[in-house]
Amino acid sequence: MSSSQGIRKSPTGIDGFDDLTLGGVPTGRPALVCGSAGCGKTLFATTFLIHGARDYGEPGVFVTFEERPRDIVDNVASLGFALDKLVADKKIAFEYVALDRSELEEAGDYDLEGLFLRLEAAIDSVGAKRVVLDTIESLFSVFSNEAILRAEIRRLFDWLKDKGMTTVITAERGDGTLTRQGLEEYVSDCVILLDHRVQNQISTRRLRIVKYRGTAHGTNEYPFLIDQDGFSVLPVSSLGLNHKVFEDRISSGIADLDNMLAGGGFHRASSILVAGVAGSGKSIVAASFAEAACAAGERALYFSFEESVDQSVRNMKSVGIDIGRWIKSDKLRYIATRPTFYSLEMHLAVVLREVTKFNPSLVVLDPISAFFESGDPMEIQSMLLRVIDFLKGRGVTAVFTHLMHGQDGNVQTESGLSSLMDAWVLLLNREVNGEFNRELYLLKARGTAHSNQVREFIMSDDGLKLVPPYLGENGALTGSARKNEEARSRRTEMQRKADVLRAQQQIQQKRRRAKAQIEALQAELDADEIGLKAMTQDEEDYLRQAADDKSEMERSRKS
Amino acid sequence: MTSTKRPRKLILYVAGQTPKSLAAIANLERICAEHLPGQYEIQVIDLRQDPKLAREHSIVAIPTLVRELPVPLRKIIGDLSDTHKVLVNLKISDST
Repeated sequence: MSSSQGIRKSPTGIDGFDDLTLGGVPTGRPALVCGSAGCGKTLFATTFLIHGARDYGEPGVFVTFEERPRDIVDNVASLGFALDKLVADKKIAFEYVALDRSELEEAGDYDLEGLFLRLEAAIDSVGAKRVVLDTIESLFSVFSNEAILRAEIRRLFDWLKDKGMTTVITAERGDGTLTRQGLEEYVSDCVILLDHRVQNQISTRRLRIVKYRGTAHGTNEYPFLIDQDGFSVLPVSSLGLNHKVFEDRISSGIADLDNMLAGGGFHRASSILVAGVAGSGKSIVAASFAEAACAAGERALYFSFEESVDQSVRNMKSVGIDIGRWIKSDKLRYIATRPTFYSLEMHLAVVLREVTKFNPSLVVLDPISAFFESGDPMEIQSMLLRVIDFLKGRGVTAVFTHLMHGQDGNVQTESGLSSLMDAWVLLLNREVNGEFNRELYLLKARGTAHSNQVREFIMSDDGLKLVPPYLGENGALTGSARKNEEARSRRTEMQRKADVLRAQQQIQQKRRRAKAQIEALQAELDADEIGLKAMTQDEEDYLRQAADDKSEMERSRKS
Repeated sequence: MTSTKRPRKLILYVAGQTPKSLAAIANLERICAEHLPGQYEIQVIDLRQDPKLAREHSIVAIPTLVRELPVPLRKIIGDLSDTHKVLVNLKISDST
């Protein structure tokens, strides 16, 4: 970038800060870090020094006017910095300038050459390139001749500049001024303001670059975090709409839901909203997404603002989703925080940082509606926009759950969420005939043809199923009404079948009976015929006998 | 304290031959000679020769005059042009 050509910069190693300043603090010049008590000035300076010594081959000198070196070492040890080892390796030198006002008396003109000498000796002892002065303002409480002091401080800064020391100077925030003693007058190159604000009982740390001569820099206030990972600034900026699109699909973990989309499943890197009323199974659908991602060998990150890890693991197990095993194998990371734990932008910052650290392919925010209770809808929308842009830019699929308060005809969610989302799964929980039945409807899925049907959403201990509702004369039916209707139609079907069978049997019987009658008549006929035959025989016999007798008689008369 | 006769040591830390340093040395010698004869023995340490001593004795301002004994330790900074202030801080009460 052309803006970074002007002056050279030294990376601080503080997450985000170096991005923000396009390189770090100005090399070989003093930078002023000011802020009120407890806002992380010393940590900023210490991190700058440690990273320099450890990662960038630039040893440093820590001049401390307040805290004892031992305390500083102990403080950063909890953040995983082995500062004492760096001291032992002669990469960092401490110069503890302990001053006691009570044993000091001023009599005439003086200067701070002693400090210069000590600093020089310390710089030479480790070959330092970086210097931290924490906090030089303490001198003002010891030396009463302010004119001398100011001249000497100015001289010190110039001297450090001449020596090419990249210096971080910390200073306490004053009333209406950046620093109590107006040190910003002497440090013209880079002034960083740390702030610690409490709003609605939620505290947020923010960092602002007040001045950075000769370079472009972000001018916003950026939230920063101090936690077990040290100091990290989170440049939260909108990335715009130029992210890569993905053609491949990801599974929701519910085969029936995937099948509702032509092509099977949702597009990768899309933002999916799972909205529904209380108890409609939003978290379960979201967990199912996460489970599917893990099962496909990818990583998923689950932010829960309502349930703890253990609770969620147990609850998901009851519907056959075992997220516990993925958490164990570190495929799934589950982060549970209360919405009120951080401010909105801090949540955003945490999300961005965790995503950058864990590098998942799917992120769940469950539920985003939790924020609407505490924040301004506009702010929330802009936060979500940033999350979505950020995740899309990284090719990460985002699943958001949203608690709706009503579902009757009004499927609008707050803040015009819809326009931000690529897919919208609507979960309904409707009362019909004295029972609630869950229904699932794919309200929207950009870029994919999808089913227009409302499916009944059934959760059981062997998983999640979507059942097409019963389409009868009385419209679509679900739940026991559907079962009832199905049973009824099964019964009529059976009845009909039985009727046919019976009719068939009757005909068969009739046929058999008719056959029997035919046989009987035949037999009668046969008998008659036999009788007739016998009569004919008798008749013939008689006629023959009669003829015989006549001829016999004729013969006898003749003779 | 019985060792009232033995002069106590005063250490003056300077850094090179700067006008302030030279003035401090001259002022201290004058004050001791004029007001506190025999009570103090002056040692001048040039921190430029041995910067480590600055750390050891936690010297920040130059010149610094250190009176280690009797306790409490006193540090007087400046070119010691304010004779009255120097005396107030160096005077040992008459009982010793």
